[in-house]
Amino acid sequence: MNKIAKTGREKSELLWGWMFILPTMIGLIILNIYPMFQTIYQSFFKTGDFGKGNIFVGLANYKKVFGDAEVWQSLWNTFKYAIVEVPLSIVIALILAVFLNKKIKARGFFRTVFFLPMVVAPAAIAMVWKWLFNSQFGLLNHILPFKLNWVSDPKIAIFSIALIGIWSVIGYNMVLFLAGLQDVPRDYYEAAQLDGATEIEQFFKITLPLVSPTIFFVVVTRMIAAMQVFDLIYMVIDYNNPALKKTESLVYLFYNYSFQQGNKGYGATVVVVLLIVIMILTVIQLIGQKKWVYYN
Amino acid sequence: MNKKPKNVAVYIILTLMAIIMLVPFIWMVLTAFKTIAETTQVDPFVVFPSSWQFGNFAEVIKAMDFIRLYFNTILLIALRVVLAVVTANLAGYAFARLEFKGKNLMFGLVLFQMMIPAQIFIIPQYVIISKLHLTNTIFGLVFPGLVSAFGTFLMRQAYMGMPKELEEAARLDGCSIPQTFFYIMAPLTKSSMVALGIFTSVFAYKELMWPMIVCPDSRYTTLASALAKMQGQYSTDYPELMAAALIACIPMIVLYVAFQKQFIEGIATSGSKL
Repeated sequence: MNKIAKTGREKSELLWGWMFILPTMIGLIILNIYPMFQTIYQSFFKTGDFGKGNIFVGLANYKKVFGDAEVWQSLWNTFKYAIVEVPLSIVIALILAVFLNKKIKARGFFRTVFFLPMVVAPAAIAMVWKWLFNSQFGLLNHILPFKLNWVSDPKIAIFSIALIGIWSVIGYNMVLFLAGLQDVPRDYYEAAQLDGATEIEQFFKITLPLVSPTIFFVVVTRMIAAMQVFDLIYMVIDYNNPALKKTESLVYLFYNYSFQQGNKGYGATVVVVLLIVIMILTVIQLIGQKKWVYYN
Repeated sequence: MNKKPKNVAVYIILTLMAIIMLVPFIWMVLTAFKTIAETTQVDPFVVFPSSWQFGNFAEVIKAMDFIRLYFNTILLIALRVVLAVVTANLAGYAFARLEFKGKNLMFGLVLFQMMIPAQIFIIPQYVIISKLHLTNTIFGLVFPGLVSAFGTFLMRQAYMGMPKELEEAARLDGCSIPQTFFYIMAPLTKSSMVALGIFTSVFAYKELMWPMIVCPDSRYTTLASALAKMQGQYSTDYPELMAAALIACIPMIVLYVAFQKQFIEGIATSGSKL
């Protein structure tokens, strides 16, 4: 009797389990699993003119990618963006989070203001910054003691875009750090104060190790996101901008090949390369974490 | 005793940072009310418009048909939120609380989707929509968000955090699995559903590449992608560009200021639960 009841329950869980996940699984297979294989498959083809007729070319696209100076340049541009945006946005956000974790007046106000860019479309943010960066009439060249061709000088344009990226994401990182700081026991600081540790010492000896798991999480996820930078570059850099070749990212190239030039085969190859680069970077970080992330 | 000066430094840094965060928004607003002549005047540099030009707004609303863009964006958000919350709720509950064959493999697929950069899906997604002749439609816009792997994960976390006793009591009372889910469990995860809803909304609203590809016609596209189009057309008319940017971002900013706690939790904290 008991056994029958149990198998009845098992059957019921099997049935309803699958019924409940079915919409999501069908969706994921159509929207993600099939497309992923399709993209990899496509990367072995050359798309014919007017998008007609795929010609199998084997590894030719990959050979072309490795010899394509524009792809290498865009990979380098993407790295430059990420290597500036990720660490700086994290350091600034961590400092702000530590400040807001103190007994501070108007905490809510500061938190709201810092987080604000997260709810604004990057397209709008980029338009505003493009205007601020305007070399002739822009606000920045008027209030700063120096003048720059922020987004048209090929040497600095990618860093100007990274600046927008940092400005946009500080608040997001800060909120994650604030959550991490909540878990640091207060009495650690009290004990340190009794031992005469300064606030700076407390930060490096207590705060930093204890929030290192949060920092690690933010570094990994921000890195993945930064490697996919597109919106800001697309919006700020026009087609005739002299800095275009020194700012276009891998995703920008992917968009251009796939949807502007209609060469989906090559676009697919570029995005597969991006996937591989991101995977390598993530694995390196997962290995590297053992050296600095502190789990109690 | 030396606590005061330190806190002053903290306040100064926080205030400076707040100014840096706000200046671009303030400059957007001020520019949106200026004439073109005022924005291209260097000596003296004009900070405040001499008379507030509301005409810039009327002009861009007419030129870009913002009513339509709002409608498209709101419809996109509403459909994606409903679909994500419903499907992710069901799947999240099953993954958290039911035992069935194939569960781990299927959940592996959910996690896998979350780890892959989204661009890898875009070409085939576009080809599907294009073959179905659904470009420039609301279905095309919604398509990649019909279901949500991230939402499934988030809802699974929510259900896993709930006491088992509730369900066991319901089962002893003779509730079937769907009854337990609909009447007992689902109502308890409202806060996670709100977080998922906000996350989904903001994501759909910010998205640029997909609406540009799938709805190139500005009558059928979203606010973000229409801004990109407009920038190409009005490249130097900064008052109108800023007016358009302001119109596109003001509703979300107002909602954010009104529901900041839910927004910050929805966007950031759901991210950190991964």
